[in-house]
Amino acid sequence: MKRHKPNAEMSDELLVVALKKGDEAAFRQIFARENAALLAFARNFVRESAAAEEAVQDTWVAVIGGIGRFEGRSTLRSWIFSVLANIARTKAKRDGRILSFSDMGFNDPAVDPDRFSGDGTWLSPPGRWSEINPERIVGGRQLFAHAMVVMEELPPNQRAVVQLRDIEGLSAPDACDILGITEANQRILLHRGRSKIRAAIEVLMDPDSGGQVGPAK
Amino acid sequence: MLTCREIGERASDYLDNDMNWRNRVSVRLHLMMCKHCRAYVDQLAKTVQLLRNGIFTGDASEPDAELIALLATRPDETK
Ligand SMILES: [Zn+2]
Repeated sequence: MKRHKPNAEMSDELLVVALKKGDEAAFRQIFARENAALLAFARNFVRESAAAEEAVQDTWVAVIGGIGRFEGRSTLRSWIFSVLANIARTKAKRDGRILSFSDMGFNDPAVDPDRFSGDGTWLSPPGRWSEINPERIVGGRQLFAHAMVVMEELPPNQRAVVQLRDIEGLSAPDACDILGITEANQRILLHRGRSKIRAAIEVLMDPDSGGQVGPAK
Repeated sequence: MLTCREIGERASDYLDNDMNWRNRVSVRLHLMMCKHCRAYVDQLAKTVQLLRNGIFTGDASEPDAELIALLATRPDETK
């Protein structure tokens, strides 16, 4: 997940060169930066934390083994995420889990249909969030913690897309590659996921708003 | 003219600038006239901003001995 970067840290380009030489400081830097995000991402494929940890450990082994073949066609971070996605998918398949990436979370409406009248105008309109400033650390931190709880309740494919796009800041094409989904499906899943998080924050801001807590059916 | 319900479905594409010119104009025209949808789009934008700026307070993790050993014995492929 996102962390602020002191200037002393190496750029991705330098990191890749250093990793190819087996540089331990470079490896520790990339590990500290990505490991928690990778663990969270692995849990979209395998729910048990031991299996997720194993998938991430295997990913680092594959990164050390395969960095020589990394040519910089994607960002280093996108490449590591796609290595993990492949490993975690294989593991899930081996454990007999059927991944729901293609058949869940597409049909829920972005906004609770009860909030609109028959002609599609707002019956229970959203309030103004003038008091929310996500950049202000104090309110932001509580809200972010709340958003993370809601993230846990999203269908795995929505959660994976929201993590890659909004939390990790990866591009839409990179997210599609990593997850093996089409651009159109990526957009649908992203909007559904974001909308549920928005609805949950709305409830937190104003319990009478008519929004729903948790994933909509 | 788009309905408010349709704005609710298209808001992410609008925020991500992921729609064609004609659709973008339709959304803008709706937002000019509808304060509820302006509030909705603002809420969604703030949600995205929150996720982007969120600070994940995971512990700074360290690679274990297996990974460090693998790295140390890795052949230098840059030569
Ligand atoms: Zn409207």
